[in-house]
Amino acid sequence: MLSIATVVGMGLALVLVFFYAPIEAEEGFLQKIFYLHVPLAIVSLCGFVLGGLMGIAHLRTRDQRWDLRSYVAIHMSLIFGLGTLITGSIWARGSWGHWWVWSEPTLVSFLIVMLLYATYQPLRFAIEDPERQARYASVFAITAGAFVPLNFLAVRLSSSYLHPRVLGSSSNLPAPMQLTFLVSLAAIALLFATLCSYELLAKRTRIMLRSRSRILGYRDGPAHLDSPRARTPSRSPRSPQPQT
Amino acid sequence: MITSLATTTLPQNTGSGYVAAAYIVFFAIVLIYVAIMAVRLTRVERDVRNLRARAEHDEASADQTRERETV
Repeated sequence: MLSIATVVGMGLALVLVFFYAPIEAEEGFLQKIFYLHVPLAIVSLCGFVLGGLMGIAHLRTRDQRWDLRSYVAIHMSLIFGLGTLITGSIWARGSWGHWWVWSEPTLVSFLIVMLLYATYQPLRFAIEDPERQARYASVFAITAGAFVPLNFLAVRLSSSYLHPRVLGSSSNLPAPMQLTFLVSLAAIALLFATLCSYELLAKRTRIMLRSRSRILGYRDGPAHLDSPRARTPSRSPRSPQPQT
Repeated sequence: MITSLATTTLPQNTGSGYVAAAYIVFFAIVLIYVAIMAVRLTRVERDVRNLRARAEHDEASADQTRERETV
């Protein structure tokens, strides 16, 4: 159901972007990148905050499922963040004539957030004990998740910028553009939710498979079932001990 | 970048190449991600198959042992 809603939403968003939204007077057709770049940035930043909230839920309940959800939300936000950086660079090149402007606080702050979260996975997988790994990852997710809105606020308060301010009291987006933007935002949010649900399903299946193979006595897990070691008689409850 | 003026006529510098590049990059990222998911799914499927084969093999050996014991 979620997948169908995503496909329909993405299709509708593309139709609105290219056939309904008017061409912007100053930038022309180039402004169409806005309907992709801004929703990607918003969804990615919200995903990072969501990861932090799930980290809080994990620390409160000690339920490993929250840790898994937090991990998947951050993982997916990193992918969407990468999309934001690339589409933003393309837009900047077309609009400003530069791939990147170091004096622009919005760009640099987003890069800082991305670099911060780029350390999440190495930190997580550097810890072998699963309990500690989940706990430390949750603490990181909460701290970094709190940094995201603070960072956003600091950038909003900065006085000099090239980057446009689209959302807010001074927003001057015409109604057709606003509708197209909101549909695009919903479509990207749906895509995020769908990919997160697939990733979660895949991770849960792998965890279940690993635990089942351990129950059956294959100590190395399912990845080594083809190896000669796994073919030796196991000490599983289902297979009897060789008779002496 | 966003101004209050919106027009239905195309300005001279359309920048359609950049727009195409941005959307292609986005769909390429999604496609690569889905492809990675598909590869992982294939691996899980293979592991399930191996696990089932192994379990059936163990079951068959257990039955044979039981038969030998009863004989």
